[in-house]
Amino acid sequence: MALIQLDNVSKIYEMGGEEIRALDGLDLAVERGEYVAIMGASGSGKSTLMNVVGCLDRPSLGSYHLNETAVEGLNDDELAEIRNREIGFVFQTFNLLARTTALHNVELPLVYSGANRRERRERAMEALRRVGLEDRVSHDPSELSGGQRQRVAVARALVNRPSILLADEPTGNLDSSTSEEIMALFDELHSGGNTVILVTHEPDIAAHAAREVTLRDGKVLEDRPTREVA
Amino acid sequence: MVFSENFRIAFRALWANKMRSLLTTLGIIIGVAAVIAVVSIVQGLQFQITSQLQGVGATFIAVNPRLDNRGGGIFVGKQVKLTWEDGQALQNQVPGIAMITPLILGGNQVKYRDRQHSTTVFGVNNDWPEVANHTVERGRFLSRIDLEQRRKVAVIGAKIIEELRLGEDPMGTEIYIGNIPVTVVGVMEERGQSLGFDNDDLVFIPVDTSLMLFGRRAADKTLLRLQAESPKVVEQVKEGITQVLRTRHKLEEDEPDDFQVILQDEFLDTVSSILGSVTAVVGAVVGVALLVGGIGIMNIMLVSVTERTREIGIRKSVGARRQDILIQFLIEAISLSLVGGGIGLALGYGIGVIVAGVLPGDWPPAHVPLWAVAVSFGFSTLVGVFFGIYPAGKAAALDPIDALRYE
Ligand SMILES: Nc1ncnc2c1ncn2[C@@H]1O[C@H](COP(=O)(O)OP(=O)(O)OP(=O)(O)O)[C@@H](O)[C@H]1O
Ligand SMILES: [Mg+2]
Repeated sequence: MALIQLDNVSKIYEMGGEEIRALDGLDLAVERGEYVAIMGASGSGKSTLMNVVGCLDRPSLGSYHLNETAVEGLNDDELAEIRNREIGFVFQTFNLLARTTALHNVELPLVYSGANRRERRERAMEALRRVGLEDRVSHDPSELSGGQRQRVAVARALVNRPSILLADEPTGNLDSSTSEEIMALFDELHSGGNTVILVTHEPDIAAHAAREVTLRDGKVLEDRPTREVA
Repeated sequence: MVFSENFRIAFRALWANKMRSLLTTLGIIIGVAAVIAVVSIVQGLQFQITSQLQGVGATFIAVNPRLDNRGGGIFVGKQVKLTWEDGQALQNQVPGIAMITPLILGGNQVKYRDRQHSTTVFGVNNDWPEVANHTVERGRFLSRIDLEQRRKVAVIGAKIIEELRLGEDPMGTEIYIGNIPVTVVGVMEERGQSLGFDNDDLVFIPVDTSLMLFGRRAADKTLLRLQAESPKVVEQVKEGITQVLRTRHKLEEDEPDDFQVILQDEFLDTVSSILGSVTAVVGAVVGVALLVGGIGIMNIMLVSVTERTREIGIRKSVGARRQDILIQFLIEAISLSLVGGGIGLALGYGIGVIVAGVLPGDWPPAHVPLWAVAVSFGFSTLVGVFFGIYPAGKAAALDPIDALRYE
């Protein structure tokens, strides 16, 4: 079984008696160490998929196995634990705590994994160094540029050394040169052995990945490699 | 997740909304301040009364005529009497009495030349200083001979010297009590004021001399003050007094005592029970204040949870569990409540000190016992937990995705 294995997954929302199928019987398997770009029109279900894969949300139907564990059978606290240890999530809107320093934002996953203060500090510093923000550790998000904020978010995503990195339009709010900086980080993380899945609308960004999955109406429309496999 | 981290988060959140936090805790502040202010004053009072009563010693006994007819008309047609003859009988018949003095009290004018002053006159015998543990500072107290010969002599308190301007050496000066001329033979040691009574604003005269002032009938309402030989015999002495007086007053078996024998610890009990009910009433008021305060905290915590929905979503997305969020908001509510408790404590103590200072005379200094501090903080914590649990539970139950999407 693949690291991430979705079988016939649906996510159904009820809106005033009407059924919206954000995901509609979707199948997807991602192996350890893959670099996947998810594409598709607005409303095709990309974010919904990422949230399910990231254990932030549960599928309405179908089964999701993460690392051979059936996620449907886990309770909220077990999901929280997976989010904490196995998955790093980067959002389009950064989702950093306001009025909280970059360092403390990056420390956050470690707070919930029970690391002591010194360890938290050291590892958060290291993660910030990795994203090139060692000179901005005591800045609040409001004192950082968009690209810098997203780099803080990436540092937070990788600080607990998860094996899977999920990014939902990580460059959606950034200009192209800043986007390239962020993508360089993901490339590096991927070559370091991480499984990386990112959602994007831009082919340039998708080109960083090895595999491109396109969604439409909550189903996989197309699934192909982005470049020739050597 | 470590506890200290939660306190840090809580204080940051409260500090970010200083004014709101302060206003929210007002109920708690007022509640705790009220407890501490009242307790500090009452405790100071109790402390002083206790130490004063202990001043006369555990062997001090008071015998008073019982003035109320609580027996349901039993005394109808019967005069309640307590006389110095009773007192002398006690001295002769009850073993264990070291000394005894009659006490006839009354308010009266004292005059010297054109000055006059209204004071309290004590008709007593020569044993008073030892019975009441109140000694003479200058001159002498009333002597046995003064008493036997019904001399018109007086021992006065310092305040009388001041009011009548008797000068450096008042000994031998003739002053008037009512229209009776008396010669000052001694000045009592200064004791200051207590409970609104000036212990230096008094005059002692021989008991028989006092009857000239108050009339012979006053002798039927003589108070008796005595000292037992040792604390061990106090109860026995009380028994003995009761028996002798019942016999002398010809009380039937089923008739209640027409006198009261009051021991030191009973005095204390009475004082304590009065102060206790004051405290209970205040406690009830405070309960209401804390309830109001608690509702305020609940309200603001609900607002805070709503405002920080995204924060909760972010925390959950990086791995915060239900209980992490629950504890975070619970600790925030408790911190809010404790800050209120702390401010209330300081404020209450301040009020206690100011009130104690403003009240006339030697009002005892405010005294905050440790238990009151503990109770204040304990209650604050309880209020925080009780009224914080609902908002915190609400925060903990949020769905991570819904929370992250919240605008
Ligand atoms: N909480 C919700 N309640 C109701 N419908 C929802 C909810 N979340 C998503 N949807 C619907 O599900 C569908 C998929 O949404 P999703 O956010 O996954 O799209 P997306 O592919 O990420 O789009 P975009 O590129 O604009 O981010 C949309 O039609 C959306 O309206
Ligand atoms: Mg989306």
